[in-house]
Amino acid sequence: MSAQADPAHRPRKSTLLPPRLRPGVAIAVTGVIFAAAAILLGSRVSAYYYLAAYTILQFVVLGTAWNILGGYGGYVNFGTAGFFAAGCYTTIVLNKLFQLPLLIDMLAAAAIAGLMGLATGYLTLRLRGIFFSIATLALAIVLQTVIVNWGFVGGARGVYVVRPQISGLFDSYAHLLVTLMIGLATCAVLAAWAVERSWIGIGLAAIRDDETAAETSGVPSLRLKLIATTMSGALMGMAGAPFPYYVSYVDPATAFSLAITVNSIAMPLIGGTAAWWGPLAGAIMLGSVQQVLTVTISSAANLFFVGMLLVLFLTAAPRGVVGIARAWKRGRAWT
Amino acid sequence: MDVNILAAKGISKRFDGFAALSDVDFVLHKRERVGLIGPNGSGKSTLVNCLTGIITPDDGTVAFNGNDVTATPAWIRAKRGLARTYQIPRPFTGMSVQQNIEVPLRFAVGHTSARAVSDAAQAILDQVGLADKAGLSPRRLTQVELRKLELGRALAAQPKVLIADEVMAGLSDSEIDEILALLTRLNAEGISILLIEHIMRAVMMFSQRIIVIVAGQKIADGLPDEVMKRDEVERAYLGE
Repeated sequence: MSAQADPAHRPRKSTLLPPRLRPGVAIAVTGVIFAAAAILLGSRVSAYYYLAAYTILQFVVLGTAWNILGGYGGYVNFGTAGFFAAGCYTTIVLNKLFQLPLLIDMLAAAAIAGLMGLATGYLTLRLRGIFFSIATLALAIVLQTVIVNWGFVGGARGVYVVRPQISGLFDSYAHLLVTLMIGLATCAVLAAWAVERSWIGIGLAAIRDDETAAETSGVPSLRLKLIATTMSGALMGMAGAPFPYYVSYVDPATAFSLAITVNSIAMPLIGGTAAWWGPLAGAIMLGSVQQVLTVTISSAANLFFVGMLLVLFLTAAPRGVVGIARAWKRGRAWT
Repeated sequence: MDVNILAAKGISKRFDGFAALSDVDFVLHKRERVGLIGPNGSGKSTLVNCLTGIITPDDGTVAFNGNDVTATPAWIRAKRGLARTYQIPRPFTGMSVQQNIEVPLRFAVGHTSARAVSDAAQAILDQVGLADKAGLSPRRLTQVELRKLELGRALAAQPKVLIADEVMAGLSDSEIDEILALLTRLNAEGISILLIEHIMRAVMMFSQRIIVIVAGQKIADGLPDEVMKRDEVERAYLGE
C-alpha cells in the first residue's frame, strides 16, 4: 500500500491507521477500486467477462458467508443452497408484487434469509457436529419442496423474471449486476474480517475447538452461534437476491443446485477457513478455473474438478492456502 | 451474607438407568478448602458437572453465592465466578497457549482492551509456570503443562470458587508442592477451592474438610483425619 511505498509518510499514516485496522481499509479500498473500474470500463468489456466475474463474486459472498459459521465456529452447514434460494425467491416474489429496486430486494432477502438462519440456529444448534449438518441439509430439502409446490413463484416449472430498466450510469444490466456484486462481496469480506478480529470471532474459535470448555470459560455459545447463523444466512440470501435478474429464468433445480452447496464449502476449505482471506482466495481460484473449464471443456467438468481439488487439499494441505501461507511465513513454528 | 458460596441439595443423576449420583448434598463455605475423593467412576466428575452447569441433575438444586443456579447456563455461572479445570485437559487447540488464557479474560471477566487482556494473560502464565510457552500451540505441551494450562485458564476467570479436577496427576513431588502453594495462596486471597485428587498426600495437606463419594453416594464428610479413619472409607479404598 501507499504507506509502505512512501517512507516519509509512514509514521503519520501508522498513527492515523493502527495496523490491526489495515486489512479492513485494504478490503474497502480494493472494493472501491474494482467497482470504479467496472463502472469506467462499461461496455468496452465483453459481456461474457461480466457474467464470469458475477459468478466468481457470488461465490466470494457464499464462501465467506459459509465460513463465518463453518470456519470460525466449526458448524458445517450443508444447506447453503437453501439460504441462497430463499434470497432468489424473495426477489421473485417482490418482483411479481411490487417491482422494487434491486437494492430493496437484497435487503428483504437479507432479512428473510437472516431470520431463516436465526430459526435454524434455534432449532438445530443444540445438535452438535454431524447432526447439525444433517439438519441443515434437511432444511434445504424442505424449503425446496415448498417452492416446488408453490404455484405463485412458478413451482417446479420455474419462472421468468423481467429485468427492470437500467439507469444512466450502467451500459447493460450485466454491468449493473457485476458492480452491485463487487459491493456485496466487499461488504461480506469486511463483515467476515470484523467478526474474525472481534470478541465474536474469538468466542466462535473457542466453540470450534471445545464448546464445553468454552462455556465454562464464560463464552455464551448459543448466543454467538445464533449471531453466526443469522449473519451467515443473511449474506447467503443477499447473494441469491440478484440471481433471478442474472439468469432471467429460475427453477428450483437451479436455485437449490448442489453445485452451490458444494462450492460454498469447497472454496473456504481450499482457501483456508482460519482467516477472512481464505474463502476469498478459494473462491477466486476455484471460481476462475471453473469458468475456464466451462468454456474449454464442459460445465459438467466443474464439479468433478472441485471434488478432485478438495480431496487433494484435504489430504495434502488441510488448512488450505491460508495454512500453507502461515506455515511458510512462520517457518513451520506452528503446527 | 450467606456463608455457603456453593451448595447442592439432593442431587441425583442417572445415565441410562445407571445411578451416577443418588441424593448427594454438598456445601462449600466461603474461603474454605475442601477435598473431594472417591474411587474412579464414583461420581466425582458428575457432581462437578452438575455444579458447573455442564449437565442438569435429574433431581436436586444447586445454589451459587446464595442464588439458585440449577437452570443457569454454564457460561453465566462462569461469569459469576465459578471456574473449573477438566480432568482430561480440554485446551483450545487452534489457539496459542496465551490465547487460551485470554478467552476467559475476555468472556468471563469482560476485559475489552487488547492490552489489558494480554497483560493479565501473561501474569497468569507466570503464576502457573507457562510463561515461556505463551506462543506455542497447546498441541506441543506435555500432559503436565496441559494441566497447568487448565489451571491457568480457570484462574483467568477470576473465580470466587475454583474446582480443581485432578490438576496434579502426573506431576512430580516438587511440582505438586508448587501447585499446592499456588492454591493455598489463592485461597488466602479469598477463593474457595474444591480439590478433586487421587494424590492423598496433597489432599491431606491441603484440605480443611474432606468429602468422600463412593458409587454415587456421599459416605463421609468431615475433618480429614476423622474421615480417613472411618471404616467405610478404608473399605472403599483398600477393599474388604
